[in-house]
Amino acid sequence: MSKSLKLFGGSAVGTAAVLTAAVNFADRTITELPEHTTRMAVAAPGDLDGMFIAAAQADETAPDAKLGLGREALAEEVAAWDIDVRPDGTGLPDGSGDVLTGEELFVENCAVCHGDFGEGVGRWPVLTGGFDSLTNDRPVKTTGSYWPYLSTVYDYINRAMPFGNAQSLQPDDVYAITAYLLYMNDQVDDDFTLSKENFLEVEMPNANGFYMDDRAETEYPVFTGAPCMENCKDAVEITMHAAVLDVTPEETAAAAAEAAGEAEDASVAAPAAEEATSETPTQMAAVEPEAEPVAEAGAHADIDPALVEAGEKVFKKCKACHQIGDGAKNRTGPQLNGVVGRQIAGVDGFKYSATLGGMEGVWDDEALSAFLANPKAYAKGTKMSFAGLRKPEDLEAIIAYMKAAGQ
Amino acid sequence: MSASGKNGTASRRAFLRGALAAGGAVAGAGAARAAGDPAITQIQPWMQELGDGVDVAPYGQPSEHESHVIRRTVEWLTADPVSSINFTPLHELDGIITPNGLCFERHHGGAAHVDPAEHRLMINGLVDTQLVFTMEDLMRFPRENHVYFLECAANSGMEWRGAQLNGCQFTHGMIHNVMYTGVPLRLLLNEAGVKTEGKWILPEGADASGMTRSIPMEKALDDCLVAFKMNGEALRVEQGYPLRLVVPGWEGNMWIKWLRRIEVGDEPWHHREETSKYTDLFADGRARRFTWEMDAKSVITSPSPQAPITHGPGPLVIKGLAWSGRGTIPRVDVTIDGGKTWQQARMSGPSLDKSMHAFYLDINWDGRPLYLQSRAHDSTGYVQPTKEALREIRGVNSIYHNNGIQTWYVNEQGVAENVEVS
Repeated sequence: MSKSLKLFGGSAVGTAAVLTAAVNFADRTITELPEHTTRMAVAAPGDLDGMFIAAAQADETAPDAKLGLGREALAEEVAAWDIDVRPDGTGLPDGSGDVLTGEELFVENCAVCHGDFGEGVGRWPVLTGGFDSLTNDRPVKTTGSYWPYLSTVYDYINRAMPFGNAQSLQPDDVYAITAYLLYMNDQVDDDFTLSKENFLEVEMPNANGFYMDDRAETEYPVFTGAPCMENCKDAVEITMHAAVLDVTPEETAAAAAEAAGEAEDASVAAPAAEEATSETPTQMAAVEPEAEPVAEAGAHADIDPALVEAGEKVFKKCKACHQIGDGAKNRTGPQLNGVVGRQIAGVDGFKYSATLGGMEGVWDDEALSAFLANPKAYAKGTKMSFAGLRKPEDLEAIIAYMKAAGQ
Repeated sequence: MSASGKNGTASRRAFLRGALAAGGAVAGAGAARAAGDPAITQIQPWMQELGDGVDVAPYGQPSEHESHVIRRTVEWLTADPVSSINFTPLHELDGIITPNGLCFERHHGGAAHVDPAEHRLMINGLVDTQLVFTMEDLMRFPRENHVYFLECAANSGMEWRGAQLNGCQFTHGMIHNVMYTGVPLRLLLNEAGVKTEGKWILPEGADASGMTRSIPMEKALDDCLVAFKMNGEALRVEQGYPLRLVVPGWEGNMWIKWLRRIEVGDEPWHHREETSKYTDLFADGRARRFTWEMDAKSVITSPSPQAPITHGPGPLVIKGLAWSGRGTIPRVDVTIDGGKTWQQARMSGPSLDKSMHAFYLDINWDGRPLYLQSRAHDSTGYVQPTKEALREIRGVNSIYHNNGIQTWYVNEQGVAENVEVS
């Protein structure tokens, strides 16, 4: 079938479906008209005459005429956005990077989540090992054991990493980090340099581990046909209970809402309701996003609300690792409640770098500004993989926000 | 006490208290008649005092009595809430349309706040003319309205090894069903002029994850939409405002949010979300890829662990949802005895292609334990399989595309639990 015919067919099918759907949606239900649904199902691709008529009646623009909308994309615009890389090497930029450079970059940018050896911190992805584990009860799917193409590694690091600071790496950096991942997975030696030129020479262990969806052959015939309706089995026994695992989240939000309702009913139990609310900050935040910081800002008249609002936007750069406000917990980075005026490395239970752990003093405006402007220069060896805030107004805003939101 | 009992008791206490105040859960109506129901005999505040003025809520919100109807997450599933998922409260909803604020969220780099004035859609690659559209340009193309379900391929993925989470919100809530308004993708591709060798597209998001997926041209030209409205209003931020791709019937990850670019190419790209993720690993260590279509599936949404029976024996509404990525759902079977005998449920509401369908079974509950299951039939003749039948083919490590039959055990008190049965 030619392309133009295919286009027309696609248009007609779409329009026919709209027409049928519109009629059905407007004034029919399938309980009243089961034969109607049957007809609709049968009328998918095939009933071409009917569809062409429907298309002609419903849509005078079919077949699709060009409308002359939009404008031509400039070459530099396409270059700015078209960064994707394919298994055949299409899209790889010029450049190269070696294992040792990659190690430095990895420790600086990636290890905070993925661990120094790609072993994964907490539930962050494991990047190394897992070879011969794909048939195990608990397979470990890493770039080494599972990913079929090296181009995918390059493309993903380049477009989405480091988490929270995407597209900040240069081509040589991405080549180097990719080379280091290959080294950690025992695919190359420590003197290896990966480049655009030798990229396709690297073979991935699981390159042949994938095949096209075959459900149409292997499953649909098995799962089609009239099923049993009566006397289908003799006995029914429970073989597994979800309750045994007990991994379902508690419905604390519902409990809080109920407590609130209780307070309303009795008109005297307001403190109880408040208590319930403060115990469930996460759920309350989900119901009323953004409400808390704004209210807090209003309560501290000495802080400029506009500055706080600007700071909240800047803080998005930090949210991947840091929490602030009611219920804030240590994540990849320490929680930031009360950070302005707090002892440096002063959060219990957070494992700081030796550098920060060994520093004296408190985070006043001046120290925070210096640290956030260039973290690695202020505290060489900090685990915080953040490039820094260049604009003075961003520094002022984020400190105002942390004061307002974290008190 | 079991987890389900604990949860159920907590979230239902107010409801039960109301019934008891009226004279006991079972005989409530009779007792209320004898004593004179205070809900009738006493003047309620809302009968006497004036209500809210028209501008109290310029954008309306649900009643304060519905504050428990929210999306919920399962914290232990992911490393961080920025790259995570929450779940649609299916047990609280009826009909086929999901309210916008309750549509589950799944982000890979957080929900991007995109300024529509600064948003562009680029079409590049194997086309006659590489184009850039503003939002205003897109509004000048002919648009269409369609209701489609969007299901995450990982929906029910936590249940492969057996019953795990107590509640259809958690077992089946990675799905929503809304009416989209958008421009057929084929019109935009036609505007750029796809070259003969253009066989695939790569839609890309403007968020910090730069989400990409490869989609065959045949699908792109068939029924994909570039949508800017859901249920009549602008897309929500967490659903890709101002622009998302709609890929009817196919796994949710392909419905690129914050859509900023569509590249046309001659081969698929094999990016992260179609190699390392969203591939289905089998017991032999090999994996299926490009498993785009969502197979027919159904679930009873009430009674269920989060929606127990609180009214005692007698008339009972069993409600559920069914859908198929390959068409409509002409029929759903329901069993109340764990699959010994089945009966056809009553379908209600519109039956639309690749949309959710609502079904009901109205029974007279005798108070004995129920072993509830539902089984969807789609318009291709496919019948929803048991979990065991799926495991026989796929093992337990494929994560995605678990469309097996769900069982809820409901005890004599009406408390429901997620179980598996022989």
